[in-house]
Amino acid sequence: MANSEQEILAGLAEIVSEETGLPTESVLPEKSFTDDLDIDSLSMMTIVTLAEEKFDVRIPDDEVKNLVTVGDAVSFIAKAQA
Amino acid sequence: MSPVIDVVVTGMGATTPLGGDVASTWRAALAGESGARTFDNDWAERYEIAVSFAAQIKVKPDHVLTRPETKRMDPSAQYAIIATREAWADAGSPEVDATRLGAVVSSGIGGIWTTLDAWDTLREKGGRRVLPMTVPMLMPNSPAAYVELEIGARAGAHALVSACASGAEAIGYGVEMIRSGRADVVVAGGTEAAIHPMPLAAFAASRTLSTRNDDPASASRPYDLHRDGFVLGEGAGIVVLESAEHAAARGAHVYARLAGVGLSSDGYHITSPDPAGRGQVAAMRSALTDARLTASDIVHVNAHATSTVVGDLIEARAVREVLGAAADQVALSATKSMTGHLLGGAGALETIFTVLALAERTAPPTINVTDPDPELELDLVRDTPRALRDGSIAAINNSFGFGGHNVALVVASA
Repeated sequence: MANSEQEILAGLAEIVSEETGLPTESVLPEKSFTDDLDIDSLSMMTIVTLAEEKFDVRIPDDEVKNLVTVGDAVSFIAKAQA
Repeated sequence: MSPVIDVVVTGMGATTPLGGDVASTWRAALAGESGARTFDNDWAERYEIAVSFAAQIKVKPDHVLTRPETKRMDPSAQYAIIATREAWADAGSPEVDATRLGAVVSSGIGGIWTTLDAWDTLREKGGRRVLPMTVPMLMPNSPAAYVELEIGARAGAHALVSACASGAEAIGYGVEMIRSGRADVVVAGGTEAAIHPMPLAAFAASRTLSTRNDDPASASRPYDLHRDGFVLGEGAGIVVLESAEHAAARGAHVYARLAGVGLSSDGYHITSPDPAGRGQVAAMRSALTDARLTASDIVHVNAHATSTVVGDLIEARAVREVLGAAADQVALSATKSMTGHLLGGAGALETIFTVLALAERTAPPTINVTDPDPELELDLVRDTPRALRDGSIAAINNSFGFGGHNVALVVASA
């Protein structure tokens, strides 16, 4: 079942918060995973693995480098679910 | 010959079945409390395991660590980090040149929860759901690595593995790092988090666990005539080792000296100790020689004594063989009667007990010995603590592991 972008953002924020300890409300669409949220490549792959399961999508490895901001990831997941 | 560098203990930390830190653990030990309890889950019935209890950690890590920390570390590393933070603060959070700072932290079993959880994920959901942190969490050097990161150690991080002797061997290696000139300060100890149905079933299969399911608190009874095996425990013990010169220069509080390290192997059997105790005798003799002490200096022994029928007496005879007539003045304590057996954490926690026994001149009790084994020819401290004499005194802490690994540490009063 497809989620709204709002639902995807909320779900992704939960995953990022669990992984980093940042509050969910700081995980905003314009935030960069590396520059703003200080997420390293290992953490990013953990987030991708958990997001694939949560949203029942496939995020190919060569797509991950294009997911610069939280918003990029939300859009990708929304499209993949459509 | 170059001058021998004295190594002292300046900080201690622990999380155990008796308490979430050293003070509460020691208090409970002196009070003769047992950390063994019936599982609060259905493992025994669901998996048909012969044992329905263990000595689980008293303060769960999620009460102490952040959520990301508990997700990124196997429980074995979590316990080590909790104990390290306490030990480091206890040592006064010293300013140390990072290139002169080491970490030696061992586990006997390794990241078994992570390993088995990942295997469940693989089988139930497929390889794509296995998390990328799995390997750094399950590797046996993970606790050592996380401790190294925690304190920023750059002189070396090591994880010596020798089953139930691992924690003591780690401390012995830490002493060697300082004596050899590689480091001034080493954070050393052991950790274990193996109370999981699989290792429980495996230990039960080897008939080494007590099956006293109706009364867990009395199950661990070293040197009692009716002992029937060990109680699986978990937790960590960490000490801050420091060259005496470094400790003196910064005015650190010194608990005791880590005076001697003795190592040997049985060359006999994969699980059974050599009935003649030759390896155990060799380890204790070597530790005494290393400490430049003699039998008459030893007033206390913290025995490995796991409450198995065969092992306890082999060790007691070995202690008598090494100390001779001086064995009569030794207060023997078997603290696993209270903590259960922390496997890779045991030698480290018992080093902490030994250090405290000397620092506070108080040998902790051995509980549950209602009917002492008549073959025990040593003075066992039963039920209540025993005062140790004033003046310069020393103690031996023994740790032996599956595989025939023998480690004896000699601790001397500061």
